[in-house]
Amino acid sequence: MTGSDDGAVRPIGRSSDDRQAQIWACLQTVMDPELDESVVELNFVTRADVDSKDRIHIEFRLPTYWCAANFSFLMADDMRQAVSRLDWVKGVHVVLGEHMYADKINAGLAEGRSFQETFGAEADGNLDELRQTFLVKAFQRRQVALLSHLMALGQTPREIVSLTLAELGNMPLDDAGAKLVRRYLERRAVVGPVHANTPAFVDAGGARLEADGVPGYVSKLRRVCVNAEFNGALCRGLLAARFDLETPFVPRSKTRAASLGAGPVP
Amino acid sequence: MYRTAKGEEIFVIDGHTHFWDGSPANQKNIHGKQFIECFYAYHSNLSPPSEKWDKEKFEKYDAKTMFDDLFVTGYDDMAILQPTYLTDFYKNGFNTTERNSAMKKSHPDRFILNGAFDPRDGSKGIEELHALSDKHKLKGVKLYTAEWRGESKGYKLTDKASYQYLEAAQKLGIKNIHVHKGPTIIPLNRDAFDVADIDDVATSFQDLNFIVEHCGLPRLDDFCWIATQETNVYAGLAVALPFIHSRPGYFAHVISELLFWLGPDKILYGSDYGIWTPKWLIDKFMAFEIPADVTKETGSVLSMETKTKILGLNAARIYGIDVEAQKKKIRAGGGYAHLPEAVHAPR
Repeated sequence: MTGSDDGAVRPIGRSSDDRQAQIWACLQTVMDPELDESVVELNFVTRADVDSKDRIHIEFRLPTYWCAANFSFLMADDMRQAVSRLDWVKGVHVVLGEHMYADKINAGLAEGRSFQETFGAEADGNLDELRQTFLVKAFQRRQVALLSHLMALGQTPREIVSLTLAELGNMPLDDAGAKLVRRYLERRAVVGPVHANTPAFVDAGGARLEADGVPGYVSKLRRVCVNAEFNGALCRGLLAARFDLETPFVPRSKTRAASLGAGPVP
Repeated sequence: MYRTAKGEEIFVIDGHTHFWDGSPANQKNIHGKQFIECFYAYHSNLSPPSEKWDKEKFEKYDAKTMFDDLFVTGYDDMAILQPTYLTDFYKNGFNTTERNSAMKKSHPDRFILNGAFDPRDGSKGIEELHALSDKHKLKGVKLYTAEWRGESKGYKLTDKASYQYLEAAQKLGIKNIHVHKGPTIIPLNRDAFDVADIDDVATSFQDLNFIVEHCGLPRLDDFCWIATQETNVYAGLAVALPFIHSRPGYFAHVISELLFWLGPDKILYGSDYGIWTPKWLIDKFMAFEIPADVTKETGSVLSMETKTKILGLNAARIYGIDVEAQKKKIRAGGGYAHLPEAVHAPR
């Protein structure tokens, strides 16, 4: 999403339209953990509005009736957390539709229980661990996209690995390059501390990349990207086959979220 | 049988087919309805429009339709029947070994009948596996490690019970263990489609072959790493292959990664019939070349020799099929009578 067609950034008001735009802007930041794409862009969210008592109602659906219960729960939980940051919110209701475990998940969400509490003995491992695993994959995917871009621009592996975070942030790049940097930096903290003078490029363990190893490293990470793109294509296709995506259900205020400047660029 | 423009004959073994009944009459509950609808969404989404079936045909097709789609209209010479029981969702099961055995019985030279087991069935299940193997002379089984059953969220091949079953399989001469590690079929927990357990059992059971169906998607990245380290791990192409039509670019990446990490001898063609049909899949596959930019990255090339291996020779090797002898049998039974003298030139 880009651009602010109507010009200047407006102050955030109290009207219901503005509030709805704020909700959509928050949801825009919630990612499908596997695909590393926004749940809004993926067309998962079918309702996001606020009632007269300042409670937010979110409804979403997924590409199949069988989508993993833990991922479904995780996305719902992330949505709840994302909109809870808005200071006027008095309550959040997230409802998953048309899913094998919709009732169970919705009851767990309504009562504020964790995935573990909701599924009891059936669940193993908590969602934080799962979230971390997929944040690392997202980091790798965004990193390899950026590395490939920089190498295509003629940067040598030696130049690339010597960059600090500050230097990377200040590189003169075109829009496409700047977007890749921004997306990478959003996930850089997943694998290690971030200071202006720390190395820009580290591996999943937080170790600085070696110049000699860059080509091999990029080739290994390529699988992560191929995998994610493949899954993305499958999920979008299945969602389209399952639901009518042509009928607009998203209110116009969604598009105004971008003009408030609140949502990150997907 | 696929004949190239030069007149070469390519023997095709379809590694993944089903003879299912997903019809409303057989559905036990809402899950049964949703299950076949999910399959239909895969079918609708990834098939070329001209190959799309009516919902009714998709829910339940008869034996003749299947035979024709695979062996007359399609280029398959042989097909492996992979069962999917789902007795919690369907009154008579979805696609049991028993149901599939009707196809094998009518066309013994065309089908390889695989069985199934679930380590959660305990010692009774091992007895049943013995009985199933005695009855059908099984060479392979299909496993769903991610299937939820009652309170269980799935199992791992590394579980103690799984080892007992694999030991039993080995004794029974069931060499080929097809494991569904693919897009969600039953709600899954965190590790259920994790491919790491394959790594362990492939090392422990060197005499068995582990065919990872759907090549580990949505975990292709993890799968390639494991498969590289094990000599007895294979990739089944079902679900990945139909992308050749709708997303040829992605298919190129997937196949080139598989060729790079596993090599041409470890990849098996599968149509996943009735989700997709062999005719169009193989027409597209034979015509397909990996684009130059992808080849530049991976060094992978889909040569004629490689295609021949993927389409049949690899499966023939692990299932002990003598291709020339099998062709003779099929020809003697009139199985190639429909083949025109003309070649199947790639479109």
